[in-house]
Amino acid sequence: MSRMITYRDALVEAVTHEMRRDSSVFVYGIDVADHKRIFDSNKGLLEEFGPNRCFNTPLSEDAMTGFGLGAALNGLRPIHIHMRVDFMILAMNQLVNMISSFRYGSGGRFKVPFVVRAIIGRGWGQSFQHNKSLHSWVAHIPGLKVIMPTSPKDALGMTMAAIRDDNPVISIEHRWLYDALGAVSHTAETQPLTGAEVIHPGNDITILATSWMNIEAKQAAEVLGRRGVTVEVVDARSISPFDETVLVESVNKTGYCIVADNDWVHCGFGAEVAARISHTCFGRLKAPVERLGFAPTPCPCTRPLENAFYTGATEIIRTIESMLKLSPTDLSGEHFFSYEKKFKGPF
Amino acid sequence: MSYPGLELYKKLYLARRCEEYIVKYYPQNDMKTPMHMSMGQEAVAVGVCHAVGSTGLVLATYRSHAAFLAHTQNVPLFFSELYGRVNGLANGKSGSMHLADPDHGHWGSSGIVASTIPIALGLAFAQKRKNTGATTVVFFGDGAIDEGSFWESINVAALMKLPVLFVCEDNGYAVHTPSKKRHGYDSIVDIVGQFRCATFSDDSNDVESICNMTQQALSIIQAGGGPVFLHIKCYRYLEHVGINDDMKDAYRPVEIQEAWLKKDCLVLQRLRLINEQGVEEIVIQQLEEQVETSIHHSIVAAKQYSSPDPSQLFHGVFYEEN
Ligand SMILES: Cc1ncc(C[n+]2csc(CCOP(=O)(O)OP(=O)(O)O)c2C)c(N)n1
Repeated sequence: MSRMITYRDALVEAVTHEMRRDSSVFVYGIDVADHKRIFDSNKGLLEEFGPNRCFNTPLSEDAMTGFGLGAALNGLRPIHIHMRVDFMILAMNQLVNMISSFRYGSGGRFKVPFVVRAIIGRGWGQSFQHNKSLHSWVAHIPGLKVIMPTSPKDALGMTMAAIRDDNPVISIEHRWLYDALGAVSHTAETQPLTGAEVIHPGNDITILATSWMNIEAKQAAEVLGRRGVTVEVVDARSISPFDETVLVESVNKTGYCIVADNDWVHCGFGAEVAARISHTCFGRLKAPVERLGFAPTPCPCTRPLENAFYTGATEIIRTIESMLKLSPTDLSGEHFFSYEKKFKGPF
Repeated sequence: MSYPGLELYKKLYLARRCEEYIVKYYPQNDMKTPMHMSMGQEAVAVGVCHAVGSTGLVLATYRSHAAFLAHTQNVPLFFSELYGRVNGLANGKSGSMHLADPDHGHWGSSGIVASTIPIALGLAFAQKRKNTGATTVVFFGDGAIDEGSFWESINVAALMKLPVLFVCEDNGYAVHTPSKKRHGYDSIVDIVGQFRCATFSDDSNDVESICNMTQQALSIIQAGGGPVFLHIKCYRYLEHVGINDDMKDAYRPVEIQEAWLKKDCLVLQRLRLINEQGVEEIVIQQLEEQVETSIHHSIVAAKQYSSPDPSQLFHGVFYEEN
């Protein structure tokens, strides 16, 4: 039995479920307990669990990350939230110099069950300080797990699994996904923290996508599907550790691979994927792996440049056409996603 | 202008009216940039920037319309930037949160809380090396003083006796969280006063008092006395981000708002001009019309420019010799 819920409600359900199950879980961060509750992803937590388990903090990201480490070492299970990934940058010292290596550096005597939820912003001129993803930054560091749930099923199940995991897990959520509806099982179930998943089956070409780029890739697959080109879309789900089994199987079948990453291309996750695929599927590849992502610039404010900065379904379609040597599809009648149907402004 | 208070009023009026125009036109969805409005807080920016004068170097936050306008008075390029037009301050690349205009002494604004505070140290250090006598002013909110970077910067400025004016615009809230729920102390001024840094505070919302206080601060800085910290209470009229009133959200007590509305900085200064400085109302009205016309022209002109061509996306990532 399944039911449909939004990504936002999946997050609420995951955290509520885990907080009921385990009294050591608590949620904290800047503005987590104000009336907006981080885009309503913390709805009801303060009411049900009280201010000891859901609280606002001063604007002190690095110190409050160290706070989380201390609490985790001492038997609690903190969930620290950043309204934008960009603000998590202020916490890099604690995340990268302390949390990532604390267990290893103690010879395994400590464990650090610590979850960071950080949100990717995009659109309405939020520009260069409110739009980063940074999953490849943190995924580069051994000792940090990095996930990017895309579906409500994963927002629910991976968040639950992250809270139960005895290691630091950074969950990077795209703001635009919050309203996405999807099926989840009747009872809340955890989902594995690693392992890619085929979200749209096909035989002609494989797209590995992260976060929001899955939505774009699926749209591209639907458009090309009408021409008889079948595109397999694989959701990476986790960035670190990244388990390539499902992707390798897909590329061995299609012979083509595009990585559509919600990030800059240079030194990004796509480079890691391309290297692994080139290594593992070398003889099967009919063309080099292609990578798509942000333009190599800071994100500008004004709309025409903001539009040019991001890649979407159109660029994916054009890349597929060029790899498969197809004539260009007429896209004039297509209605691709426009966030303005949902919201104006960053909040 | 023969009345000193009139120039201050003009700047207040400019900042207020520019934002009232933003409120009016924002719903047309042509200014596609998140707006953090200064409305209500203008006396801080105007009083300080007026005292500092055009030689001062100003740094501000994402909530810096008033500071930007008070210091640069560059209304045309301000609106072009908000409209994302090619002739904007940053050719549309910055929007409302990252205003800068180095030709007019405005050295940048930032959407990351507290992130311009340490930059003031380096600007001041460079000015000191060049012996210009100029003061660097950095505006930030009461939320910014939660950040470690603020404390590190106060320490360095005091240690190195840097000519920096730290201006804390204390509107009592960081987004929706009041200072008393974020601060493990009662008086920021008492603590900063323990550094080798003079402090002043104000809760009058009176632009002339703020201007006079800033002049005293500047004389300390210019005499080589090191940095000064101003703590100025104020009140944000609109929501944290956006153009709407948010009293319905009930996180701020109505009585407090009413008290601040009673001492609205424009009302105070206008009354003073008439009652204490003998300015005839007609003179004020003419000035208001003049400001109004200039804003109106700037908006009309801004809208006539085009947005940048998408190829501009790639320009300016690095400095390149032409
Ligand atoms: C480092 C950082 N953390 C969090 C945020 C999100 N944020 C934006 S404004 C703000 C509140 C800042 O309050 P204050 O400094 O008092 O300035 P005000 O908005 O009241 O002018 C917060 C938490 C941010 N932009 N940067």
